[in-house]
Amino acid sequence: MGERKVAEINTLQAELDELIARVCGGIENKKEEKKCLSRIEKLRRTLSKKRSGSRLSRDFKRDLVSYSFIAPNFIGFAVFTLIPIVFAFALAFLKWDGSNAIEFMGLKNFKRLGSDVFFKAAFKNTIIYCIGTVPLTMIASLALAIILNQKVRGRAIFRTLSFFPYVGSLVAVTSVWKMLFHPSKGPINSILYHVFNVPVDKLPQWFSGGLVLLSLILFSVWKYMGYYMVIYLAGLQGISGELYEAGSLDGANTWQKFKYITWPQLRSTTFFVVVMLTINCFKVYDIAIMLAGGGSGELTTSSTVLVYYIYQKAFVDWDLGYSSAVAMVLFAIVLLVTVVQFAYQKKTAD
Amino acid sequence: MAKTKSKSKHDLIKKVVLYVILIIIAALMAIPFIWMLSASIKSDREVFQMDPFVLIPKNPKWSNYVQIWTKIPMLTFVKNTVFLTIIVTLLQLFTSSFAAYAFAKLQFKFRNGLFLAYIATIAMPWQVYMVPQFLMMRSFGLNDKLLAIICLQAFSAFGVFMMKQFYEGIPNELSEAARIDGMTEYQIYSHIMLPLSKPALSTLTIFTFVNTWNDYLGPLIYLKSTSKKTIQLGLKMFISQYSSDYGLIMAGSVLSLIPVIIVFMCLQKYFVEGVASTGLKG
Repeated sequence: MGERKVAEINTLQAELDELIARVCGGIENKKEEKKCLSRIEKLRRTLSKKRSGSRLSRDFKRDLVSYSFIAPNFIGFAVFTLIPIVFAFALAFLKWDGSNAIEFMGLKNFKRLGSDVFFKAAFKNTIIYCIGTVPLTMIASLALAIILNQKVRGRAIFRTLSFFPYVGSLVAVTSVWKMLFHPSKGPINSILYHVFNVPVDKLPQWFSGGLVLLSLILFSVWKYMGYYMVIYLAGLQGISGELYEAGSLDGANTWQKFKYITWPQLRSTTFFVVVMLTINCFKVYDIAIMLAGGGSGELTTSSTVLVYYIYQKAFVDWDLGYSSAVAMVLFAIVLLVTVVQFAYQKKTAD
Repeated sequence: MAKTKSKSKHDLIKKVVLYVILIIIAALMAIPFIWMLSASIKSDREVFQMDPFVLIPKNPKWSNYVQIWTKIPMLTFVKNTVFLTIIVTLLQLFTSSFAAYAFAKLQFKFRNGLFLAYIATIAMPWQVYMVPQFLMMRSFGLNDKLLAIICLQAFSAFGVFMMKQFYEGIPNELSEAARIDGMTEYQIYSHIMLPLSKPALSTLTIFTFVNTWNDYLGPLIYLKSTSKKTIQLGLKMFISQYSSDYGLIMAGSVLSLIPVIIVFMCLQKYFVEGVASTGLKG
């Protein structure tokens, strides 16, 4: 190591020591302190670089180790998620059938949406489905979690059982539902006919016409309440028992304890549940085609949903640009709902 | 005295109401599955017989469970699904926990920016970009290849997010002490962090296993030839072809449920703990 370099290192070290002493001594001015700290960090970096004598400083090596941890996931994530997302935005402004020349459309794809009857039906149905499913699932899962958080016999069995619908494959559970609610042969309609004397021609057609959205909502609540129940259960276990003891001492009844302790304490859990539920509801596709779809899974205007239309336009009609325009509408709604919920959460937290 | 008596009576009523509600919910949850099991050993005529309804028919039709393997190439579907699910779950567990360790415990350049890229995509439904993703995979020659589903499922932002939340709950002193003892970051990850993260890993395993096993839309877009199809696709294909072979459909459904139920039962004792500690509750 050259003498000049040693001297250089020494002066830098001296400056560093002085700065550290100053910061340790306490600096009144916050801005000044911040300035000193950043100067220290910079000096430390140059020093370690100079000392080790190599161009690769210790920080750089540390960064490399960190990147080696991230790389296996990040490369896959970047290639198969980030890049397609960028393409999705571009595609919405193009006209392409996947093989011939690409044409720039500007906003024409979006204008076309306005006069598309099938799109409007898909949009309306998806919104109705979400408005029904989100609050019902939330209430059902919260109620179930509160019950299963108490000391009841066979709690573990009940918990496991309520998770079965979530774990079970959609193809399997929808085929059972279709049998149970079969319009002419199913046990539900048999009960309506034999026990409640509903005439044959008035027996409900659960999976077509006006009732179809209701059936989709009820099925979704049944299938997903167990999942959100677990999230609520985790939230409930985070509430300190002392709060309830204090409540009891003040003579609070069960409802008051729920209103003044449980519900406020669960606010962030509820927020998470509602955001996740909303995102998942707007993605609905397979439930609709399996419960309401015809032989080859086709949906009519009474049961169509946004994702079904994205799929049809892309993989059946090969109208890729238009399909992406529909996808952008889906994205915009999800984004809007999430932002509104975040804003609301922030407002109530203050 | 009278007061305590009325209080215990009050408690008793509360208990009864509680159990009645529980039993109703449990019945709602269980009946479809009981029906499925019962119908899977019935003939098509017996399936809808309500008067009288029998749970187990006099002559159980076990042949449904044999026939389902010959009516459709069930063995191929099972093989494909098992292969996909195991590979995806292993990749997901490894890459997510590996990346999450760096995000939670290491300092490096662009850390926040990179993590933001993950967070931003969690709220982005896959359905928004499934079309360009398909076009890209097709140009890679992955159309109708099982590898496409692996690429699609194995690198989720969700897994990284979940594992990071969990690791942040582990005190820094542990890794600091190990660093002073001269352990490399890789050793700290494998010897200290991994053994501690059983609840989070179990939770992620359940989610990934269930999602991959039950996925329908992904395989529907990518897997076209019968020899590549998964159980879900195969079962759906069977249902639309033989829509009135109820006993067979139910037997196939029961078969498709068994692996996920087993995985769930094995890992569930860590599950609530996992959800609680990974910040999934918000």
